[in-house]
This record gives sequence, structure tokens and C-alpha cells, in this order.
Amino acid sequence: MTEGTTELYVSNFAEFEKQHATNGQAWTQPIRRAAISRFAALGFPTTRHEEWKYTNVAPIARTPFRMAPRPSQERAAEALTTATIAGLTCIQLVFVNGHYVPELSSPRPLPQGVHLSNLAAALGQAPHQVEPHLARYAAYEDHAFVALNTAFMQDGVALFIPPGCVMPEPVHLVFITLPQGDAAVTYPRNLIVLGDGAQAAVIESYIGQGPGAYLTNTVTEIALGENAVVDHCKLEGESREAYHIATLQIHQARSSNFTSHSMTMGGALVRNDLNVVLAGQGSECTLNGLFMGTGQQHLDNHTRIDHAQPHCTSRELYKGILDGKARGVFNGKIVVHKDAQKTDAMQTNKNLLLSEEASVDTKPQLEIFNNDVKCYHGSTIGRLEDASIFYLRSRGLDLAAARSLLTYAFASEIIGRLKHEPIRTMLDCFVLTWLPRSQRTKETL
Amino acid sequence: MLEIRNLHVSAAGNEILRGIDLTVKAGEVHAIMGPNGSGKSTLAQVLAGREDYEVTAGTVFYDGHDLLQMAPEDRAREGIFLAFQYPVEIPGVSTTYFLRAAVNAIRKHRGLEELDAMDFLGLLKEKMRLVEMDQALLNRPINEGFSGGEKKRNEILQMAVLDPKLAILDETDSGLDIDALRIVATGINTLRSPERAMLVITHYQRLLNYVVPDYVHVLFEGRIVRSGGKELALELEQKGYSWIEEQVQGPQAVKA
Repeated sequence: MTEGTTELYVSNFAEFEKQHATNGQAWTQPIRRAAISRFAALGFPTTRHEEWKYTNVAPIARTPFRMAPRPSQERAAEALTTATIAGLTCIQLVFVNGHYVPELSSPRPLPQGVHLSNLAAALGQAPHQVEPHLARYAAYEDHAFVALNTAFMQDGVALFIPPGCVMPEPVHLVFITLPQGDAAVTYPRNLIVLGDGAQAAVIESYIGQGPGAYLTNTVTEIALGENAVVDHCKLEGESREAYHIATLQIHQARSSNFTSHSMTMGGALVRNDLNVVLAGQGSECTLNGLFMGTGQQHLDNHTRIDHAQPHCTSRELYKGILDGKARGVFNGKIVVHKDAQKTDAMQTNKNLLLSEEASVDTKPQLEIFNNDVKCYHGSTIGRLEDASIFYLRSRGLDLAAARSLLTYAFASEIIGRLKHEPIRTMLDCFVLTWLPRSQRTKETL
Repeated sequence: MLEIRNLHVSAAGNEILRGIDLTVKAGEVHAIMGPNGSGKSTLAQVLAGREDYEVTAGTVFYDGHDLLQMAPEDRAREGIFLAFQYPVEIPGVSTTYFLRAAVNAIRKHRGLEELDAMDFLGLLKEKMRLVEMDQALLNRPINEGFSGGEKKRNEILQMAVLDPKLAILDETDSGLDIDALRIVATGINTLRSPERAMLVITHYQRLLNYVVPDYVHVLFEGRIVRSGGKELALELEQKGYSWIEEQVQGPQAVKA
């Protein structure tokens, strides 16, 4: 059955290629072709693959997804209101069912020399800027979904920031999927390149509304020049019927600094791959993650940090909260390469199970090929403590409010690290209303 | 206000309280003393509603309510407050947020209007002076990184803010230096009133130099073996708990 859909993607590609032959993107053809043939060889992963051991993508593999049609503007505009972050001044680019919608986007004046457009436009108009970077960081050789995305990549942002330039406002990328009954797929693709000493904040939001299942297969590549700084935030709030497979690939030059905040809340099945290559001396990354699942949700976070050069620092804290029959996965790999002396790596995964049937698989991995390093990793799985619940109840809070407050407290360590206050406020509200009967706690806070 | 009759309590199959009788009236301060393992903390926790214990016999009435049938939060809303022997640290929630949630849960239950952030801050500041507590501490997560003395003062602050009818203080004096003890005792004394009753559980007589009780009870092996006035505490201090042990076990040995 799996082979059947693999064939389907290959034959869809031939169709897709014909449509794209005349839109000025012909130069992408070799990349796309290489990617689809790689996908044809790989097929969809199964749980026999070590990297997919805990996440069964068979429901995706057996569904014949089709490129999503353009929905009506009204429906898109209505959906956008749920993704808009109140109080956040930002440059907002909106993509609906894979297509850029300029009418819903709000471009703002940009510093001189910055290229900011949708990727489809940049592929046609600025190949000289795009070509040296596109698909150079996110490897599709071993990852079927990255290969598929590379073959079919549609639209997203193309952001090039010249050396020394500081973006005055965050860039908010909103990807909305509105399936119309049929199993729809979108392939968002973002390329963000910062020159030496440049600085930017980028937010990616993913939302969707039924009816019907859909697949978001997204890839973002970010390359940081020397001393560049990026604060990246991902808010995953897909519909409960959605499949969301994402790769965020980071390449860091000397002394650059990358921070990620990954918030995973929606979706039936979610897989986030976050790969950071610390390719220059003294570069530093901080990866913060929060995943909250309930019902039958399956939320998988895979991170990999390659310490390729000396004196690099990585800090990672992922927290999972699982209720109902939800299942979480955390797989965090840190690879310290032979030449990466004085590596300082710290990785922690903490999980909170709120029900008997919720579960989590956590697998921190260190691979060290150097003996001059300082590395720590650890993981915990726990429940709300009776002593804490009793303490709160003894002060007059009811059981539901006490549980809600303690859950909020667990999540707040991650939320508190977000740089933009409007996003913190939005997530605070989300967490406080996430648990049943927690409305009262929200009011009191 | 509080009527405990023949209270028997077990934990994990071990009987800890073996028939407690105690009557506390409004305005009274009762001290409960006893050696380690006598059941003092169990009594405090059972009165506050901790569910880890099994009540095997007896009754507890509080203001006419069957206390043992009430959820912990309902007891709190009806005016019972337990100052914990070991206050719990709760990372991620500031004391200010938590206390406002608690105050408003209780006010709502009593049919009072809930306090907004400004009004609450006013109340909090007034009570903070009572326990000489620093504002910065209250913006930190509940009890996280607090010293022992700061935790105990935080308990007294919570008591002052929540304004209970029956306050149960579980070894609030243990582990305090003399300055902290004085602050805590002043806090307790300020809150003494004809409407409020207090159950002061302590291992040491020292606190009772500052908080003078109306009655003193000695708890030993799950029973109240002696009751008296404040002079009983002094006698106990002079003669030690072994004196009680001899007094109690002597006759028992004869009976056997």
C-alpha cells in the first residue's frame, strides 16, 4: 500500500513539473528531480527506522494527499484571526493552502538592502540570491519528507538580511490550511539567510481548520553569518485531524547565536525535526520546546545538535505535558565532533503525565568524539505531586484549579523564555484554558 | 467550633491516632505538644483534609459541619487554615498570583466580591508588614529557594491574608532562629481574636513563651495523655518527654 502512494507522488511530480516549466523556476528542476528520485528510493519511513521508531507515519503513507486548492479569501481571512498575535507589531506574510496571499499580508518598510518576499517570487526573480542557499542545508538524502518537500516546494518566505542589519520588527509567517474535504497537502518552504552581524526574529505559525485531514510538510532553512543573531519561534496549532511534519535546519557561522522556541499544541500526528549545525567557532544555540497533547495526539520532537567546531555552546530544554491518551516523543541527539574541543552542551527533557493512559518516550543521546568537553543530559517523567495539589487545595483552590495552576507552572518555565510579550500572553491563555474546568484559574490570574 | 470525638486514624495500615478527644472554642488557643512520632502532624493534616490518611473511627465537627466529609478546599473556604510544617515549593507560580487566587476562591464562597489586582496588593502589603516580609520574595515562585524562616513567615502571611476562623499551626516554630521566632510569634499574636481559634502544634516549649496558650495538651502514641493550663508546658520543659512516657507506660505495664 505504501509503495502505491510512493508511486502516486512520483507520477504527481511529472504533472507538477509540467506546470512549473514556464514560471521562471526552471532552474530549480535539477534539485526537484534529484529530490523526487531520492524519495522514490527511500519511500516513507517505517518504525523499523531508528529515527522513526516511536512514530508510525503509516496513516500518512497510505493517504493519497493532493495539493490543496485555493480557498475563498473570506474563509482565509476568518481563519487568520485565530493566528494573529494581539499586540505584536510585526511584518506578517500569510500563506493559505500553500499559496502566498498578499491581500492578507502586511508588508512594512524594510531596512535598506533587505530582501523580503515570498519564496515563489524569489525563485523566479532572484535566483542569484536563492540558488547558493536553497536546499544546501536541509539534507533530503536521508529524509523522505524533506525530499518530498524539496521536490514539491511551493511557497514560504525568502528573507535575505545584509551584513550588520538589524530587523526592527519580527517577521511573522502564517501558514493556514483549509482543506475542503479531500486529503490535502501543502509544502511550505522558507529560506532565511543572515549576513555577518545581522539580526532577526522570525515567528512561524501553523494553523488549520477542517473539514478533513490534511498534511503540512514544511521545511525551513536558516543560515546565520558570523556574529548573526536569530530568535525563532514556532507555534504549531494545526487542527486535530492534521498531520504536521516539519524540519527546521540551522547552519551557524562563527560566534553566531540562535534561539528556538518550539510550541507544539495541535495536530493528530506531529513530527518536528530541529537540526542545528554549529559550524563556526564560538557559536551558540538555545533550544526551548514545549509540547502539549491530549486525546489521541501523537507529538514527536527530534532535535540534533552538531558541535562541529571548538568553543561552541548549546542549551536545550524541552518540556512535554500529556493528558488523555496522548503520546509524546523526545529524541535529542548531541554530536560532538572530533575537532570540537571545549564543547559545552546541556540538554534536559522533562515530562508531565496528567492521565494514566498518556505516555512519553524520551531518548537523550550524546555522541562524543572528543575528550575535552563539558556535556550534560537528562530526562524526567513525572506526575503532578499530591503534596503540591494538597497545598493549593488547603488554601481554597478546587482540585481542577490546583491541577491547572500546577500544569501552568510546569509550562511557564518555557513560556517565560519567549522574547515577545504578546506571544507569552497568548500562550499563557492557551495553557490556562487547555485543561478542563480551568477557566476560573485564568480569571484569577 | 471544633469537636473531635474518639478520632482514630491510620496510614498504610498503621494506627497513628488512637482515640483523640478535643474541644476547641472560638477565641481559644490550644497548644498540642508531644515527642516525635506521637501523631501531632497527622492530626493537623487530617483536620486540613489530606487524603493519604484513613479515618477508621470517630467524628470531627467544625462549626456544625461534619468536617471529615468535606473536601480540603471546602474546609479552607469555611475558614480552616493549616500552616504547614514543611511548606511546599511550587516553581512557576508567584506567591502573589497564588494568594490572590486563594483569597478570591474563599471570598467568592463567602459571597464577597472578588478582589482586583490593586485591592489585593493593598491587602497584601498591609499583611506583609506584620511578618516583615520583603515584596521581592512574593514575586518569586511559591517558597522556591526560600530559607526555612522565610517559608514559615510566608505561611503566617498567608494565614493573615486568608483570615481563617480556625488556624492550625504545625511546628511553625521548628528550625527558626530567635529573630524569626519572634517575628512569627508576633504575627500569630496579632491574629489572636475572640472570633478565631488556634491549634498550635509544637515540639518545643520555646514558642509558648511568646504565644501563651489557654490550654496545653500532651499527645503521646496517638492519644492525648495530659491536658492542662499553660503551666503544663513548663512542667514538660523541665521534666522532658520521658516523664510522660514513664507516667503513661507505667500503668499500662501493670494492666498487662
